Amino acid sequence: MNGASITQAMAEPPVCGGRMPRFQRPHASVPQFTNSPTMIVMVGLPARGKTYISKKLTRYLNWIGVPTKVFNVGQYRREAVKSYKSFEFFRPDNEEAMKIRKACAVAALKDVCEYFTREHGQVAVFDATNTTRERREVILSFAKENGYKVFFVESLCDDPEIIAENIKQVKLSSPDYIGCDKEEAVADFLKRIECYKITYVPLDDDKDRNLSYIKIFNVGSRYLVNRVQDHIQSRIVYYLMNIHVTPRTIYLCRHGESELNLLGRIGGDSGLSPRGIKFAAALGTYIRSQCIPDLKIWTSHMRRTIQTAEAVGVPYEQWKALNEIDAGVCEEMTYEEIQDHYPEEFALRDQDKYRYRYPKGESYEDLVHRLEPVIMELERQENVLVICHQAVMRCLLAYFLDKSAEELPYLKCPLHTVLKLTPVAYGCKVESIFLNIEAVNTHRDKPMNVDVSRDPEEALLTVPEHI
Amino acid sequence: MMRGAGRSKNTQNLDRTVCMTNCPTLIVTVGLPARGKTYISKKLTRYLNWIGVPTKEFNVGQYRREFVKIYKSFEFFRPDNEEGLKIRKQCASAALNDVRQYLTDEGGQVAVFDATNTTRERRDTIIRFAEQNGFKVFFVESVCEDPDVIAENIVQVKLGSPDYTHCNTEEAVEDFMKRIKCYENSYQTLDEVLDRELSYIKIIDVGRRYLVNRVQDHIQSRIVYYLMNIHITPRSIYLCRHGESDLNVKGRIGGDSGLSERGKEFAKRLGQFIQEQDISDLKVWTSQMKRTIQTAEALSVPYEQWKALNEIDAGVCEEMMYEEIQEHYPLEFALRDQDKYRYRYPKGESYEDLVQRLEPVIMELERQENVLVICHQAVMRCLLAYFLDKSAEELPYLKCPLHTVLKLTPVAYGCKVESICLNVEAVNTHRDRPENVNVHRTKEDALQTVPPHL
Repeated sequence: MNGASITQAMAEPPVCGGRMPRFQRPHASVPQFTNSPTMIVMVGLPARGKTYISKKLTRYLNWIGVPTKVFNVGQYRREAVKSYKSFEFFRPDNEEAMKIRKACAVAALKDVCEYFTREHGQVAVFDATNTTRERREVILSFAKENGYKVFFVESLCDDPEIIAENIKQVKLSSPDYIGCDKEEAVADFLKRIECYKITYVPLDDDKDRNLSYIKIFNVGSRYLVNRVQDHIQSRIVYYLMNIHVTPRTIYLCRHGESELNLLGRIGGDSGLSPRGIKFAAALGTYIRSQCIPDLKIWTSHMRRTIQTAEAVGVPYEQWKALNEIDAGVCEEMTYEEIQDHYPEEFALRDQDKYRYRYPKGESYEDLVHRLEPVIMELERQENVLVICHQAVMRCLLAYFLDKSAEELPYLKCPLHTVLKLTPVAYGCKVESIFLNIEAVNTHRDKPMNVDVSRDPEEALLTVPEHI
Repeated sequence: MMRGAGRSKNTQNLDRTVCMTNCPTLIVTVGLPARGKTYISKKLTRYLNWIGVPTKEFNVGQYRREFVKIYKSFEFFRPDNEEGLKIRKQCASAALNDVRQYLTDEGGQVAVFDATNTTRERRDTIIRFAEQNGFKVFFVESVCEDPDVIAENIVQVKLGSPDYTHCNTEEAVEDFMKRIKCYENSYQTLDEVLDRELSYIKIIDVGRRYLVNRVQDHIQSRIVYYLMNIHITPRSIYLCRHGESDLNVKGRIGGDSGLSERGKEFAKRLGQFIQEQDISDLKVWTSQMKRTIQTAEALSVPYEQWKALNEIDAGVCEEMMYEEIQEHYPLEFALRDQDKYRYRYPKGESYEDLVQRLEPVIMELERQENVLVICHQAVMRCLLAYFLDKSAEELPYLKCPLHTVLKLTPVAYGCKVESICLNVEAVNTHRDRPENVNVHRTKEDALQTVPPHL
């Protein structure tokens, strides 16, 4: 089966219920074990990390190929009530506000329905406090009517330091508190939390024993998991149990420039060029200068990453999963040679670089699947330096920066440049550090003409220079 | 500083995925009798060994049976039986001693200490022991009050126990229920408050609910994930290879060819077989290679394709006959015979790589119920090794002939295997390990065990 026929099969829309088309997502990262869409429903007081979890989980699920979207009710509220005045809006006896808040929840649920039905979504994360049994009943009825599965994620935390840190990281900069003095904002937010506390009914071991949920206590020191229904819920639980909020930094870079890089050849298992060796030394110097406590270093099983790590002079771990994308029959070819021998394949790849699989090789989509355990372990770890390869680095970067399947294969990951990723607020801060050793450019942009009937010149228009 | 932490990374780790942990881990089961502790211990041990983490279980009941040659009755377990208590304590100590030897001297990574461990006092002893030796501790408690489940446990594994060989069923059940009673009064379950500093998972009602506390590291995280995915609902797993392929007939390995005529015949018979078996809700899985897909197509039921089920990648040897491999790569051929599990074809994979690739398949097989997996020789060997607890040495030589379905049914602590040959002739593709694996061997010595082909 060559890459071409699989790409075509992907054009079939997924089918809910009934018989699955044989070639539906044949190479999806997650086998489609459920046809029912799933609603993940967050539960918890303000500043318990619900939005943090919602966004992170959504990013993860999308990356592994499960179309997921967050529906943040707070945002609906901000659109309905143009300017936020004070915590008084959230008082349980504020009937006017209660009406608005309920309407926002309903509007969000309506959009969930739309996302599942029209937009082929698989998972919707309903991000709101959902702290009363009554509100959760509304959601459960809604889900039942529509045939959606429901999985609750409740975050419980009574550690005042964690809550204070949350408020600092994400609340002070919220649209609700623009222009407010810091102390006022904190005081108001704490009163807001109090408003919810009065009516908060956590998921109950007994009364809610038939619901499917995970309760996260104190940012992960303890979990209670009840009635996991299916594969996707099991994966979600596993993911949630592996993430943490301890500050740390992830460094991503490629191996130093290799001999094959210089020749403009893809893949293979060559050693470092002289400039690549210089980079490795510079990397060592840079790492030492960063004084990173307990840094773990990971490489692939390929010579060029191992050689690079050797120069850093610290123990490192080799992962086969970090090996570069397998270009199959095109291994060690130049783009010119690929155009010469496989012009049709070359064009098909340009048409859908994410899903295209080299004959006897891999696709980016396969790579993501292969890298999932690496991401899971990166989540568990703290400070890590990953020395890998261009396609691999693009996949990892796409995970951290929430890039789509369309953008992923064209992310810029130049040689001799370290990307320093630091989690901050709901996302990731990226610093790009070029270590000042020249190297070839290996980045080939998508050419204008991706038609199989294009001229060789058009195909090779964006090939970077090489020997 | 914990003793284990100073251990140097052993070079073998360089060829594998991330080193799980430098400290050995002691898994300690907790729970009344007939709560599935031994079932969990054995299954977990099997899984960890399969993914490459050297693990061994230590069942204190077995130590007791060796010490007290003949089991008389539940009275042995009465909490006021001082003599009995002394013996039981000694057995626990003996087992812990063996744990220490396994983890410290024999290169073990995980030890599963399988006993009731129902009192806080006993667990404190174990924790102290672990601290002294630099082992991490992870408790696995099984809590269950469903009388049906307990009764079924007793039927499945207690009646056949050495303790009850001389008893009739009713006597055995009655005695065992009294045995459970002996433990109930002093049972101190892991407590949310009192035990909040411990690392543990509490499994409630055979997996309806889990309480997970303080997972410390990667291996504990994997263990929790595994325990949360297994179930005990009766089901059957069917394993078979694709029908005979054109390349099979020519004696060539790998590739992506279609089915031969006989292979197509097999696919048809497989369809009939599946119909006859009348399996409820059967899921069918294939790889993404033509020959498994063609086989599944003949079944006329929906099926799921897994890239992870693709045959082992023979790299530069793809589509070669063994004779050609001997001719072009005689050194590689010999090296493979020397260590078939770890040997990686140049630009290809090893069995060890395959196991890693197949782990998500195994995890999903654990979650599922009735499944038919249509795969390939090396892949099937890996899956079979998992279910039948075969070692890395045995795995690459397991016999998985074409046109034969293996039906696996979980029973008691293991797996019943039925081999069903569907009576369609096919080439033999099994190459035994030859006598001479030396790199200087003759061509004849190397090709001695190659099965006949066109």
